[in-house]
Amino acid sequence: MEFLLAIMTGVLYAAGLYMMLRRSLVKLIIGLIIIGNGANLLIFLLGRITKGAPPIIPGDTKFFADIYADPVPQALILTAIVISFGLQSFAIILIKRAYQVVKTDDLDEMNTIEEEV
Amino acid sequence: MTQQFLLYPLLWQLFLSIVLMFAWRHIQIQKIISIVGSAIGVGLSVALFYEVWQNGTLVVQAASWKAPFGISFVGDMLAATLVLLTSIAGLAVSSYSAASLIPARLRFGYFSIFHFLILGLTGAFLTGDIFNLYVWFEIIIISSFVLITLGGEKAQIEGAVKYFTLNFLASIIFLTAIAVLYGLAGSLNMADLAILIPQIENRGLVEVAAILFLVAFGIKSAVFPLYFWLPASYHTPPSAIAAIFGGLLTKVGVYALIRFFSLMFVEDVLLDQILMVIAILTLISGGLGAMVQTNVRKVFSYLIICHIGFMIAGLAMFTELAIAGAVFYLIHDIVVKTNLFMISGLIYRIKGSNRFKELGGIYKEYPKLSLMMIIPMFSLIGVPPLSGFWPKISLIIASFDTQSYFILAAVIFASFITLVVVAKLWAEVFWKDPDKFPKKNHFLYFKKMTLARKLQMILPILMLTGVSLYLGFGAENIQQLSIRITSELMNTDFYINAVLPNN
Repeated sequence: MEFLLAIMTGVLYAAGLYMMLRRSLVKLIIGLIIIGNGANLLIFLLGRITKGAPPIIPGDTKFFADIYADPVPQALILTAIVISFGLQSFAIILIKRAYQVVKTDDLDEMNTIEEEV
Repeated sequence: MTQQFLLYPLLWQLFLSIVLMFAWRHIQIQKIISIVGSAIGVGLSVALFYEVWQNGTLVVQAASWKAPFGISFVGDMLAATLVLLTSIAGLAVSSYSAASLIPARLRFGYFSIFHFLILGLTGAFLTGDIFNLYVWFEIIIISSFVLITLGGEKAQIEGAVKYFTLNFLASIIFLTAIAVLYGLAGSLNMADLAILIPQIENRGLVEVAAILFLVAFGIKSAVFPLYFWLPASYHTPPSAIAAIFGGLLTKVGVYALIRFFSLMFVEDVLLDQILMVIAILTLISGGLGAMVQTNVRKVFSYLIICHIGFMIAGLAMFTELAIAGAVFYLIHDIVVKTNLFMISGLIYRIKGSNRFKELGGIYKEYPKLSLMMIIPMFSLIGVPPLSGFWPKISLIIASFDTQSYFILAAVIFASFITLVVVAKLWAEVFWKDPDKFPKKNHFLYFKKMTLARKLQMILPILMLTGVSLYLGFGAENIQQLSIRITSELMNTDFYINAVLPNN
């Protein structure tokens, strides 16, 4: 399972980077979304995957006797997902606006503000 | 309960931005709340600074969860100083933007977002937890995205696309680094990590994590191979916004670099060498970039990059004196860069342009204002006894001590090139006889502004110039402060014991 997830994370990072290097704005955003998901998966993976062991201490003891699943990575991923969701929705509005204003989807043509020196 | 004092500057900014939302359509009320609120914010930060200066580091554990389980907020000398400078820059820019921005821009919650930005900066300086730092960084960038696109002009949108992409990528790299580090150490608390990281056996992965942090903060602080988003975007929003960006956003990246590489990833030869190369190339490429630009704000954008190099150089040499130089430079740079972008806005108001070929003759029209504007520029170059001079002495002595002569050469080269750039700027903008250009219609020139508005624009510049002058003439005090900060940074036990008292 960990092996599969590791491969998956790598594929997501690679695909995201590849999409980011394309010239189209839409592909750029898709790339950012994919690479963001890769990062979330990586946190999940590096928190060590433990099956069926909730991090709850039984009432009669004061510490973990058995192995337990680390709850912190899940809290981190939740936070990261919420944040990247906000950023992605901003990004989508931004590219829509950029398309309306600049009238192109091509990043190479978004250089009208660069002045001759 | 003096410990709780640490959170007041933070909570105050949050309170302000929420209150400002209730006055959404009433710009006049927003202006007053923002300026008065920022002034109170300065008061709170001064009190925090005084408290930390007198009684040492303040630590607050969120919801009383003991470190390393909860989130810690740590106000050591470095954090308190930067919070103070942030609030001072915030006050200046708040007053400046009230006068210089058009109402159409202010109508969409500008001030509220502005205070969210200051909130994010304050939080980033005060937090003692790396994931919490990530969250503060996100608050900073999301507010900066809104500020940079507010108004939606073509140039702004084009700049914003580049700014957004690179900053979003930096956040993802930061998150990746946190994931790797958490997998290795199993903790997120900076003090706890400072103890755990030296014990990790897999040194290769620790270095990978360190490099990932370096790249993430490198993009944010615009160092050599990663700075291209900065000159492509910083000249597009109005100067008031560019002022707060130029003064503080790149510096928060530098702060993170200093914190991480002095506390957690300390003994790493490879990193020191990488930092050294980065510092030299940043100094040279930023300086050369500034030489060829013909737009006031683009020149200043490249000078930001160039001067980031001084701080990285200090961090790379990593001796007591070098870090003190870097910290002093950080203090000086926040004040002076905020001021420079406000000055570029003033030039824009006077002449209606920021391009060299459409400028000229300001000295003849406004001799007193021009003299006021030359002081920050001279501090930028580091003309003794102004503020840029003192940290450079520390850096140069440190580079002799560590025999890093390439850094020495780069520091001198960058100072010289800054001098050339400022001289060129002065000749083109202030001395040259202006060509006749048609006046713009529907543009509020400085001459036609009411006296109150003029004052609202000039006073912030005057205030920051005053702070600059104090940093220069009161260099003894600032040097003492820098040395105290450095001794806190170099002796990591100090930070660790403050956060984890039972360790």
